Amino acid sequence: MISLKHSILDAWVITKRQLLQLIRVPEVLIFSTIQPVMFVLLFRYVFGGLGAGIKGGYVQLLMPGIFVQTVAFTLAATAQGLAQDMEKGLIDRFRSLPIARSAVVIGRTLGDALLNVVVLLVMGITGFIVGWRPSSSILHIAFGFLTLLLFGYSLSWIGIFMGLIARDARAVANITFLTIFPLTFLSNAFASTTTMPRALQYFAEWNPVSTMVAAARDLFGFHNTFGATAGSFPSQHPLPMSYIYMGLIMLVFIPLSVRRYTKKSR
Amino acid sequence: MWAQIPYRCRVKSIIAENLVKHYRQGEVKALDGLSLEVEEGTVLSLLGPNGAGKTTTVRILSTLLRPDSGHATIAGIDALKDPAKVRSVIGLSGQYAAVDETLTGWDNLVMFGRLYHLSTAQAQARATELLAQFSLADDAKRPIKTFSGGMRRRLDLAASLIIKPRVLFLDEPTTGLDPRGRQEMWGVIESLVSEGVTLLLTTQYLEEADQLADRIAVVDHGRVIAEGTSDELKNRVGGERIEVIVAEGDIARTAEVMKRVSGVDATIDNGLRRLAAPAPKGSQNLLELVRELDAEKIHPLDLAMKRPSLDDVFLSLTGRPAEEVLPETDGVAAKGGKR
Ligand SMILES: Nc1ncnc2c1ncn2[C@@H]1O[C@H](COP(=O)(O)OP(=O)(O)OP(=O)(O)O)[C@@H](O)[C@H]1O
Ligand SMILES: [Mg+2]
Repeated sequence: MISLKHSILDAWVITKRQLLQLIRVPEVLIFSTIQPVMFVLLFRYVFGGLGAGIKGGYVQLLMPGIFVQTVAFTLAATAQGLAQDMEKGLIDRFRSLPIARSAVVIGRTLGDALLNVVVLLVMGITGFIVGWRPSSSILHIAFGFLTLLLFGYSLSWIGIFMGLIARDARAVANITFLTIFPLTFLSNAFASTTTMPRALQYFAEWNPVSTMVAAARDLFGFHNTFGATAGSFPSQHPLPMSYIYMGLIMLVFIPLSVRRYTKKSR
Repeated sequence: MWAQIPYRCRVKSIIAENLVKHYRQGEVKALDGLSLEVEEGTVLSLLGPNGAGKTTTVRILSTLLRPDSGHATIAGIDALKDPAKVRSVIGLSGQYAAVDETLTGWDNLVMFGRLYHLSTAQAQARATELLAQFSLADDAKRPIKTFSGGMRRRLDLAASLIIKPRVLFLDEPTTGLDPRGRQEMWGVIESLVSEGVTLLLTTQYLEEADQLADRIAVVDHGRVIAEGTSDELKNRVGGERIEVIVAEGDIARTAEVMKRVSGVDATIDNGLRRLAAPAPKGSQNLLELVRELDAEKIHPLDLAMKRPSLDDVFLSLTGRPAEEVLPETDGVAAKGGKR
């Protein structure tokens, strides 16, 4: 009974609200870009020496890793933003409006994705300044960034679900941080997986962060292998594997979240 | 023609039938068969202490929550079968102001206008109108964060009026406001009511219900324990009463005098040194009492003829004062958990 056009418009109003927040409180935008930029600089100059023997230096390996880590944290941002809206009663108000029931959650994931566009752009430029040189075609590079955005977007839906089931916003911040942080380090993002204990190597090999990092590296023109069994599917086909992960995540968490949002009876 | 027939007076805009709602897998019984009806264009106040079930009722009637059992009809629409349709005729202002604090008042109202599917121009026009109506025009461009509690509350109410709802739910609209803020809010609500909206208002303040509502439903432990106009409820507790405050040493003697005058034992509040007794013959009893007290050389510090307050109503209906916080709501009803 609520038309598709209205559903899209409703979601867009919610997305615009988030963009408006960035204008009204620019600190949010500034901090969400400063942090990854600081990471780029720290890793580039603290671990820069690790790159002995890598063509173009450690920064070629590092940048895709930091890109992925940053978009992975979208999960936390989404979850926290939603939990805060719930705490403030804003979600209740939205739920009392005659809008599509998917609008609020879709709007938020889109808003967080748009923020990622800005963040990735700033990081890319910073990377370029400190020596990152993607060696693939412009199309590959564009596809690389698009894939990163989609990866962040799919994780946003886990964030939505966690935000919806959470009791309060601060708990959400802690839980999501404690999930994402190890995931990004138990991967090939910052160091070679071959030096990890065997069990962790298997974990790292199937970790979506690893496949996404390897896929991004490939797309930016830098091939690297990872994991315990170099012949496994994720390490052989990181790009398709990444898309499979994204598809699975959205297939599970979008319906779960929309259901939860509609039924929420707290 | 038939529009002139006073059929409006009989149309029920809000009907709740036997609402039952449990929280936490049945551990907490928030509503225990609550029923109420509100006629179109009138104001019903749900009056009850903390934890009585007021917010739960409002959340069910405004489609935010599904009851375990029972029925709810809003403006003729079944709220359980067709919640989406109900949402397009109601306005809701919850117990805590729910607006985007980082945005300005203007931003918020335009956003909500857009969500009610007004065009951008319409939404902006409506925002301007509402900001003026709620005396917020000068602060329209300030983030809500910088608003006082009263301003927030008014903005929240404005946001619930964007589409001129037929049925309006206000959950404790003046809780946390100072007396001036409360007066302002009452003014705003009264003018809304004069425009013909049907209003369900919850409150813990007896004077608020008295002031704003046509009818009052007293809620306790998830059910309506009494319903009627303010006068009807007061009459249930009995007619007029005399209240006397005397010096500590005079309490006992005054009680005797009062018993003689009114024929029944006076109720005594030793802390306040206040004695109260029914005055079946009205002011005649009062005169009598004054004469007797004078003869006994008792000098009352205060002496008054009172119609029963809603406080008295509550006390006589539940056996405890309205302000008393129920023990079981202390821990369970943490603010965060209520949303
Ligand atoms: N989300 C929840 N989880 C568990 N119990 C709840 C929840 N919400 C309300 N309750 C319980 O249900 C009962 C009714 O709560 P409700 O919020 O409807 O009361 P109220 O009349 O609005 O009180 P107040 O005046 O404090 O706002 C209370 O005992 C409360 O503790
Ligand atoms: Mg309440």
